[in-house]
Amino acid sequence: MRRAFDIAFAVAAGLVLAFLLLPILALFIRISPAELLDALWSDVALDALWVSLKTGLIAHFFVLLIGTPAAYFLATKRFRGRGVLITLVELPLVLPPAVAGIALLALFGRRGLLGEQLYALGITVPLTQAAVVMAVTFVAMPFYVRQAIASFETVDPALIDASRTLGASPQRTFWRVALPLSATGLGAGSALAWARGTGEFGATIMFAGSLQGLTQTMPLAIYAQLDLNPDIAIAIGALLVLVSLTVLLSVKLLPSWTRFTSISYISSAPSGSSSS
Amino acid sequence: MALVGPSGAGKSSVLRAIAGLLRPEEGRVAAGDEVWFDSAANVDVPPERRSVGLVFQEYALFPHMTVGENVAYAGPQRVDELLELLAITPLRDARPGELSGGERQRVALARALARDPAVLLLDEPLAALDAHTRARVRAELGELLARLRLPTLLVTHDFQDAAALAPRIGVVVEGRIVQEGTAPELVAGPTSPFVADFTGGNLLRGVARPGDSGLTEVTLEDGTRIFSTDPLEGHVGAVVYPWEVAVAREAATDSAQNHVAGPIVSLVPVANRVRVRVGPMTAEITQASAERLALRQGEPVVASFKATGTRLVPL
Repeated sequence: MRRAFDIAFAVAAGLVLAFLLLPILALFIRISPAELLDALWSDVALDALWVSLKTGLIAHFFVLLIGTPAAYFLATKRFRGRGVLITLVELPLVLPPAVAGIALLALFGRRGLLGEQLYALGITVPLTQAAVVMAVTFVAMPFYVRQAIASFETVDPALIDASRTLGASPQRTFWRVALPLSATGLGAGSALAWARGTGEFGATIMFAGSLQGLTQTMPLAIYAQLDLNPDIAIAIGALLVLVSLTVLLSVKLLPSWTRFTSISYISSAPSGSSSS
Repeated sequence: MALVGPSGAGKSSVLRAIAGLLRPEEGRVAAGDEVWFDSAANVDVPPERRSVGLVFQEYALFPHMTVGENVAYAGPQRVDELLELLAITPLRDARPGELSGGERQRVALARALARDPAVLLLDEPLAALDAHTRARVRAELGELLARLRLPTLLVTHDFQDAAALAPRIGVVVEGRIVQEGTAPELVAGPTSPFVADFTGGNLLRGVARPGDSGLTEVTLEDGTRIFSTDPLEGHVGAVVYPWEVAVAREAATDSAQNHVAGPIVSLVPVANRVRVRVGPMTAEITQASAERLALRQGEPVVASFKATGTRLVPL
């Protein structure tokens, strides 16, 4: 009886792995490595790679630059409505990408809330590279901010207090104590956000369109080439698999600095309200 | 000076308020003629501009920095000198995770001193240590504090620690100092049952009324009558320190007025002494005496103590 139980569960595990991995394997088997490299050398693929890299890097720059201080603020300050704010930051995580696209259009589109004024100033956001950056930032930011909040929250508040009493300003405390001690978590969040941003499809195609060399990122190029030249689509797909695998491995293998954060062992001795 | 009191008495909060990590609702914090906090004048100097050296209960060393970097964090000028002073020079390149509890404390002290603070604040400096190292570290810390000649405020829940480390002790209960003095003063004249208990005294509950020859007669809960030289009436606690209680097979006819009879509840050896629990009280006698009397658990004995060694506190 127990044996049958074990076998059934092992079969389930095998099915899951096969279902998840066989399609990816098929990508690499469909065409030879030589054809794959050839296809990647095509204009469409190179353009898509370039657009993805450029918009991805700019978006990631904004994610880290704005997301890090925002996460630190949300992680360390206690104020009314903090929980609500954190939940709202996470909303885009569960939002369908198409909704993100239509929402960005509702704000920045020509008839949008801000778009109308921007258009009057001669600024058009939709169908530009800036729109790609915005779409990617929109979907990737929550991945990073959520992870960053969790990382900052694990830093022992006594270390922050200690830094202050040792004469360090809040800024110096952030750079010398909070940031280094959260580095592993921030790195993981950064990698996840990068992976999510690289794969962005729905919001981008709605908000930025799919113009080769301008707004056509790699996922959009896969879709565009599916009927025209499937080899290119498969080649880009294979490349994205490699990128994703790299991200996954780097998250799993990051040196675990976080183990240093919990050296102040808990003593059972009663004390004054040191935690208050 | 030491602040002692039970957990949750607000001792650590006092340190945090002085260091600027906690904003009191009202009050004033000043060091010399420098005002750090004054609720009335709306003064609140941020922690980094208050000249304090705070040693945290769990030491709060930066785990990602070496010992040397930890000490240099507050000020790089005196690192060599402070590592030398605390005998941790060989540990300069070690990380806090590799250190023992006693070593961590010394690093934390060196780090706190690196800022040249006007006042040193120690939050439960011995609580994070195990029983073995505790006594040794206490002696070392006492020596260091004597050498530093720096105004020091330390907080502890242990009266023995406070007595060993600080010339003056304030007993804090529910956020207030209920009694202040040197350790011998507190032991000699506790003004509340809490202080009596805290300093290690026996507290015997009873009702007091004026008795013969100017003494106060106290009837304990079990009916035993004892005498005290302290004048007090009504519900009182009679405080007797264990080292002032003698144990005998039967009540002796010496100068001791007070006798509490009962079986030996427990016998606990502590170093060269034995703590003997007789009925409601504990006596502390030498190992030699305990052997001479051949005391055994359950045997009836009489605990005797003098009326002059029996202090009364109101209950």
